[in-house]
Amino acid sequence: MESIHLNVRSHRKRPHSSTTEPKTVQWLLIGAAMAYLTLFLMIPLGTVFYQALEKGVGVYLAAITDPDALSAIRLTLLTAMIAVPANLVFGIAASWAIAKFDFKGKNLLITLIDLPFSVSPVISGLIFVLLFGLQGWFGPWLQEHDLEVIFAVPGIVLATVFVTFPFVARELIPLMQEQGSEEEEAAIVLGASGWKTFFWVTLPNMKWGLLYGVILCNARAMGEFGAVSVVSGHIRGSTNTMPLHVEILYNEYNFAAAFAMASLLAMLALVTLVLKKIIEWKTARDLSLLDDAETAVEENG
Amino acid sequence: MSIEVRNVTKQFGEFTALRDVSLTVPAGELVALLGPSGSGKTTLLRIIAGLETADSGAILFHGEDTTDQKLRDRKVGFVFQHYALFRHMTVFENVAFGLRVRPRRDRPGKQEIRDRVMKLLNLVQLQSLAHRYPSELSGGQRQRVALARALAVEPRVLLLDEPFGALDAKVRKELRRWLRRLHDEIHITSVFVTHDQEEALEVADRVAVMNEGRVEQEGTPEEVYHSPRTPFILNFLGNVNLFHGRMENGRAYIGNSSLELPAAAFQDNQTATVFIRPHLLDIHHQPTESGNFPAHVAHINAAGPLVRVELVSEWGDPVEVEISQDRYRFLALKENDKVFVTPKEMKVFVEDYVI
Amino acid sequence: MGLRKKNVLPGFGLSLGYTVFYLSLVVLIPFAALFSRTAQMSFMEFWDTISSPRVVASFWLSLYTSLSAASLNAVMGLLVAWVLVRYHFPLKTLVDALVDLPFALPTAVAGISLTTLYSVNGPLGKHLARWGIEVAYTPLGIIVALTFIGLPFVVRTLQPVLEDLDVEIEEAAASLGASRMKSLLYVVFPNLLPALLTGFALSFARAFGEYGSVVFISGNMPMRTEICPLLIMTKLEQFDYIGATAIAVVMLLVSFMMLFTINLLGWWSRKRTSSAA
Repeated sequence: MESIHLNVRSHRKRPHSSTTEPKTVQWLLIGAAMAYLTLFLMIPLGTVFYQALEKGVGVYLAAITDPDALSAIRLTLLTAMIAVPANLVFGIAASWAIAKFDFKGKNLLITLIDLPFSVSPVISGLIFVLLFGLQGWFGPWLQEHDLEVIFAVPGIVLATVFVTFPFVARELIPLMQEQGSEEEEAAIVLGASGWKTFFWVTLPNMKWGLLYGVILCNARAMGEFGAVSVVSGHIRGSTNTMPLHVEILYNEYNFAAAFAMASLLAMLALVTLVLKKIIEWKTARDLSLLDDAETAVEENG
Repeated sequence: MSIEVRNVTKQFGEFTALRDVSLTVPAGELVALLGPSGSGKTTLLRIIAGLETADSGAILFHGEDTTDQKLRDRKVGFVFQHYALFRHMTVFENVAFGLRVRPRRDRPGKQEIRDRVMKLLNLVQLQSLAHRYPSELSGGQRQRVALARALAVEPRVLLLDEPFGALDAKVRKELRRWLRRLHDEIHITSVFVTHDQEEALEVADRVAVMNEGRVEQEGTPEEVYHSPRTPFILNFLGNVNLFHGRMENGRAYIGNSSLELPAAAFQDNQTATVFIRPHLLDIHHQPTESGNFPAHVAHINAAGPLVRVELVSEWGDPVEVEISQDRYRFLALKENDKVFVTPKEMKVFVEDYVI
Repeated sequence: MGLRKKNVLPGFGLSLGYTVFYLSLVVLIPFAALFSRTAQMSFMEFWDTISSPRVVASFWLSLYTSLSAASLNAVMGLLVAWVLVRYHFPLKTLVDALVDLPFALPTAVAGISLTTLYSVNGPLGKHLARWGIEVAYTPLGIIVALTFIGLPFVVRTLQPVLEDLDVEIEEAAASLGASRMKSLLYVVFPNLLPALLTGFALSFARAFGEYGSVVFISGNMPMRTEICPLLIMTKLEQFDYIGATAIAVVMLLVSFMMLFTINLLGWWSRKRTSSAA
């Protein structure tokens, strides 16, 4: 059934001479597109690894095992470990409320959830300075109690949570809206409690979307520069995340070390892309299985 | 376990889905809620299940009010229109779900769950597919999984929402006969929703015809088919020819022709609507003694068990007649023949009252 | 169906309550701080800040570099999307996956890499310098960085639309006697336009707020290569919170206008596709 299906599809998609361009035009267009992508994507990406290893593996290893580098790595991991789960729980709660129920102000809520995406990273940092900085709303109170937020780890975490806020929610909301509530209703009718329905039925159904959101959220949390830069204070070995450490090293003309650090982040990006692709394949396969089965129903029961 | 629907009303915003609906489903019977889309039948089913709450009125199971009962405690089996199978679980896991989610103290042991699920899969003839996923099943198989899953929790009543709606014609027919047999075996009080009159009449013990949020008539399939109480039901339950006429001296006049009425008298000059099913009309080459009207043959479709003759009456209305192949050969009908149409039986509605 | 209130599922209060609570904590209260700070400013204070030549220069710089980058991406993004959907060539899947790189690569990494490439001694920069073209530390460098970070938007908004586009409409155009060029121009292109504009707007919005990749390559010379977000940063380092807030408010207004435009475009394209079906 599936192979027949694929044949049908590829047959349909086979370009006819009336709807496609001559081979030479095709290759010219492909060449132009590839030139553009090479110039703007591949060369910059390659440069990161080339520069990182140009001075040899020894320099590279020394750069990434430097105590300041290690502390930056630790802080970046810590930040992601707080920001990702926090936004994950939020994403699940928000998508459940929005996809499964009707209420007034739903569209406003969706718009507000997207808000951090439309704000410059620098502004995202700025609002936390205005909130917790010395002249900010809670500044005097924090100083009285000897608590530091801005130019300290809490500020970095807060700014990261803010900029990565929508990632999981915006993946899950459309997915759950599309899936509807029938399976959950079926579970409830069969006697499952709310939590059991969620863990046994809803969660398995949204696992790919969830993973997708988490991966994107994590990539941004580890890579965020602007917002974190505003609130960090750039204190070496203490409030430096990996991207900030890259900046410091670069500005000190320590290019090899800067690119060594940058290569770690570039690898994170590549891993993210690979995982993203895998998830897209998985969901596409699930979808086509479903499609095939539905066609089977229509065709022959 | 009987079901009693008492004066249920349900409103969705401006739209009234159910208006003061009352209905009794006797214990052990299979009842069809039949109606066009938007007639409120699915809403009524969902209210019986507890998936929706009525604005007013009550649902009684075995004389006991369920209004305040939690969905879980109602013990209903519900088969969703699109089955709502858990797509990440196998057939076995789907059917076992209702047993596995029980609180620990009520939960049967592993072996017992296994036995019960396999017994149900046997019943729906799917034991060999226990480890398949829903996406690997055909529509008819999914439907039977949904049924087995609903039955696994030993429901007191079984509710099915358009159970055959998503299937193609051939599977539909097989599956509804199979459902009928299954019901004869397990005798659980069942209600199913359908918009297909053939399905309702063939499968159900009793049929409730719904229209615009009301139950228009409730009875056995024969009662509903042969003694429809409203023009809507007559129209809905199969093809029908419709004539507007007036009453005079106990005869119905349509155009210049008069038709004899079955019985009873009407006041003269009342307008009447006459409904005649195509198979209750006959064709003759000469006028007959009983009422008849002239017409000419417009089109003949002889491919099928019956011959469908489309005629145009003297006054210009289209008329559809079904005659047997034998009769067709005997008459030797051709297009444009002038003929006379005789009703064998008809229904007359005068100002909404039925004779 | 749409009227049905889904009321058997539990957890509405809990999930919505937590959503609103967390949203307020992370997004709304911080935003309120920004607006209350703005409200404390007198209008003259606000106006003085944003009308100072340095701010105005940074504003125009941000605007035209973002527009240039978004335009370049619109044209090249259309080409890339077309090639990826319609043609077959080796390593297509890999190329397709790489298009998302700017989403995943931290901006600082992109920034130092592009700067190294395009500085006058860099592998690309030294060749360009021979032609008298300087990229790093000029507005051109800013455009290069903004092109990089905005690259996926146009491709990713166009791709699904192109995939859904029925080849039959092109066949119909061809059968009616249209040349290939004409059927592309009059039949295919109008169908892509809403998505193309959406991609352009998204790319622009992203570029306008971008900081990380630009800060390295721009050189940050006041009046010449200082973009808006950078000026906010500078003001903050000088503890000029009022100045920083004033610029931020102007930038936010632009962002919201873009957001509104994007929503409008989305609505337009949905209307298009639904009326076509």
